[in-house]
Amino acid sequence: MTETPLLEISGLTKAYPGVIANDDVSFRIMPGEVHSLLGENGAGKSTLVKMIYGLVRPDSGSMTFMGEAYAPPEPRAARAAGVAMVFQHFSLFEALNVAENVALGMEDPPKQHALAARIRDVSEAYGLPLDPDRLVGDLSAGERQRVEIIRCLLQDPKLLIMDEPTSVLTPQEVEILFHTLRKLSAEGTAILYISHKLEEIRSLCDAATILRLGKVVGECTPRETSAAEMAELMVGKSLATPARINADLGEVLFKVSGLSVDPATPFGTPLRHIGIELHAGEVLGIGGVAGNGQEELLAALSGEAMTAPGSVTLNHENVGHLGPNDRRALGILCAPEERLGHAAAPDMSLTENALLTARRRKSLDKGGFIDWAATRAFAEDVIKTFDVRTPGPDNAARSLSGGNLQKFVVGREVMQNPTVLVVNQPTWGVDASAAADIRQSILDLAGQGAGIIVISQDLDELLEISDNFAALNEGRLSNVRATSGLTMETIGLMLGGAHDMHELKEEARHADA
Amino acid sequence: MLMLEKRPQPSRAWIAATPVLAVVLTMVAGGLMFAVLGKNPVEAIRIIFWDPLFNTQFASYARPQLLVKAAPLILIAIGLALGFRAGVWNIGAEGQYIMGAIAGATFGLAFYPTDSVLVYPGMVIAGGLGGWAWAMIPALLKTRFRTNEILVSLLLVYVAEKFLASAAVGFLRNPEGRGFPGSRNLSQIEAMNNPELIAGSGMHWGVVTAFIVVIAAYVMLNKHLMGYQIKLAGQAPRAARFAGVNPARLIVLCLGISGALAGLAGIFEVSGPAGQISIDFNVGYGFTAIIVAFLGRLHPVGILLAGLLMALTYIGGELAQLMLTIPASAIQAFQGMLLFFLLAVDVLSNYRIKLKREGIA
Repeated sequence: MTETPLLEISGLTKAYPGVIANDDVSFRIMPGEVHSLLGENGAGKSTLVKMIYGLVRPDSGSMTFMGEAYAPPEPRAARAAGVAMVFQHFSLFEALNVAENVALGMEDPPKQHALAARIRDVSEAYGLPLDPDRLVGDLSAGERQRVEIIRCLLQDPKLLIMDEPTSVLTPQEVEILFHTLRKLSAEGTAILYISHKLEEIRSLCDAATILRLGKVVGECTPRETSAAEMAELMVGKSLATPARINADLGEVLFKVSGLSVDPATPFGTPLRHIGIELHAGEVLGIGGVAGNGQEELLAALSGEAMTAPGSVTLNHENVGHLGPNDRRALGILCAPEERLGHAAAPDMSLTENALLTARRRKSLDKGGFIDWAATRAFAEDVIKTFDVRTPGPDNAARSLSGGNLQKFVVGREVMQNPTVLVVNQPTWGVDASAAADIRQSILDLAGQGAGIIVISQDLDELLEISDNFAALNEGRLSNVRATSGLTMETIGLMLGGAHDMHELKEEARHADA
Repeated sequence: MLMLEKRPQPSRAWIAATPVLAVVLTMVAGGLMFAVLGKNPVEAIRIIFWDPLFNTQFASYARPQLLVKAAPLILIAIGLALGFRAGVWNIGAEGQYIMGAIAGATFGLAFYPTDSVLVYPGMVIAGGLGGWAWAMIPALLKTRFRTNEILVSLLLVYVAEKFLASAAVGFLRNPEGRGFPGSRNLSQIEAMNNPELIAGSGMHWGVVTAFIVVIAAYVMLNKHLMGYQIKLAGQAPRAARFAGVNPARLIVLCLGISGALAGLAGIFEVSGPAGQISIDFNVGYGFTAIIVAFLGRLHPVGILLAGLLMALTYIGGELAQLMLTIPASAIQAFQGMLLFFLLAVDVLSNYRIKLKREGIA
């Protein structure tokens, strides 16, 4: 094929103080190609697409777009050239409706009803069901993403950049999205797809460029490359799959019944009639799309939120009325999702952060006076055992990378020998090798007879480590099912399925006809 | 182009250096202001910072004043700093100071003319309780009804001032004072006097208390769980909840401590240096203490030094008004500059300045 590439990148380099985010990166995207940018957190994917979208200027190197030199000074220039981007985090106003939100992003918006009509046309043409008159505040994460995508499509882009688009979607919603992306690609729009989910990339993408530590370390055709091979390229070493030592479940250890909690803030999700029976040695995976009550569930289990005395029991003893420290004393430990600001205080040292949850179980104070030497020793112990990369326990939590801080936060709980451990998103934003370590430590803990609840949005993770699975949907927990034998389709339905699935099926029928 | 770049860790060197830099910048900018006013800036700065301590003519009077003025500032600022660290913004220490003074004086005068040795300790306790009770109003309103403690505590200062005026001309008025407003002179009543403990030093019971409080606050912040929880709640409220800190309890505690310390400062002042409850015995220590707290980086030892420095600018400022006829408002502007520069250079402890040329990519 002698076609000119749509976008050709050669020798792009961008350095930030102390780190080279992109080092001499080159690759090309052909028109209509679905090109994947693959790499771990911190590999430089985001910086690279920000340069393409004009948000960041490269230190050196050049780009050509449709055969012409391309150096967008700002996103507006990039959009004018035909590059559109859907960010991982949406920028939408909840109090406005879909059409108004779309209009806000346009240089010269047409009248509301004309725009609404265009939104309907585009949403029908691409199988993205969306009502322009609905308030964004009422939409699911998947629907919000469609608003962003349609906003981009209205510009007729030649290149659509998507940053981790599936992290907030149910499997069914992922299918809708892929359907749309394939259609776009067939019409000649190229897609630059950023992800670290290998199976997705294998099913969707025509080509992949793999980044590691800012450098291109390989290119491959995902359909012809196994996920394991891609992972090895991405991480630079082969990864061991976490393994269970002892998979026998003991007696019921921890029981949650009829747990209902009103949200602390007007935007929180209320929990309704949650019931859980956790056995000794069990890993219970709780899946769900973000914002369906995960944070609230962790708060109710940790004791941060007020709960009825009998709604949570440990070894048949009521603990629902106890606060976080009293629950910790009994062996219920938690690791929240948000590392900086919730699980750890950003500006405090690791020693001080060790004290945050370990005071009671590790006896780090006497009559209120803190034993700093013992606290420091405990922090050092966590750092050593969990291979936390940091100069020492005196460093502030915020100076650690996400993965290292996560290892510290999970390690801090694991090393207190919990009876029950509840973790929310244990490997979110963590690189693959650190994630494998964390999962292994969770399995080891279960092997020693602890009960573990893993709340996660990463279904692959839950399928890999959990014995049983339940889904959280709008503050309600589904029935618990054994993980072995669950299909993605069943899980998707448990998660609440896709919004407007019927319309998609209809769409597919029309397409067949 | 100048760029600010966030440091991975706050720089310890800059945290120590910024107050010194702020004082130097204040001297420069203040000197400019004095020059514009037609005064000799070098002389003005010397009179403010040097003469009160070392000029043979003034030092014998001014040196003891240093402790007298610094003690209430330090006492109040320590209490405020604990709250500020926890994210509890008590701006109304002036009101708590006034109410402490009134409560303590009322207790003492109720026993007039008893000369029991127990009267003075009772006055001190009553003073602390008065300040504490006044601070409980914003605390309870905040924990019950989520009102903003900044506004409530500040507005209560004006309520306290009106109450002071009514006390001075009403229930506390000296019956032998020929109808003049103001209470009996406590410093002239043996049982109610807060005397100078060492002649010529300015040391009184308030100064002693201030030193004890500095040490206690230092120990609490660095060694005790309470201090840890205060810091945690201020830096990361969610993490504090996760660590089992009860936010409402912490608000009540912080406002209570700062109110009680302000009340103590009030009773020590009114039974010693000020002498009596008068309509305007308060001179704004409660507000200046906010500056002192920040100037001292909310650190007990820093506050000790900042209180002494601020007292120095007070005494030196008065001296400058006297010697060079610099207007009082210029002195206040000078003190304001100190806080302004401190906050401005504060950015250097968390950020570094980088020179960067605008690159063309």
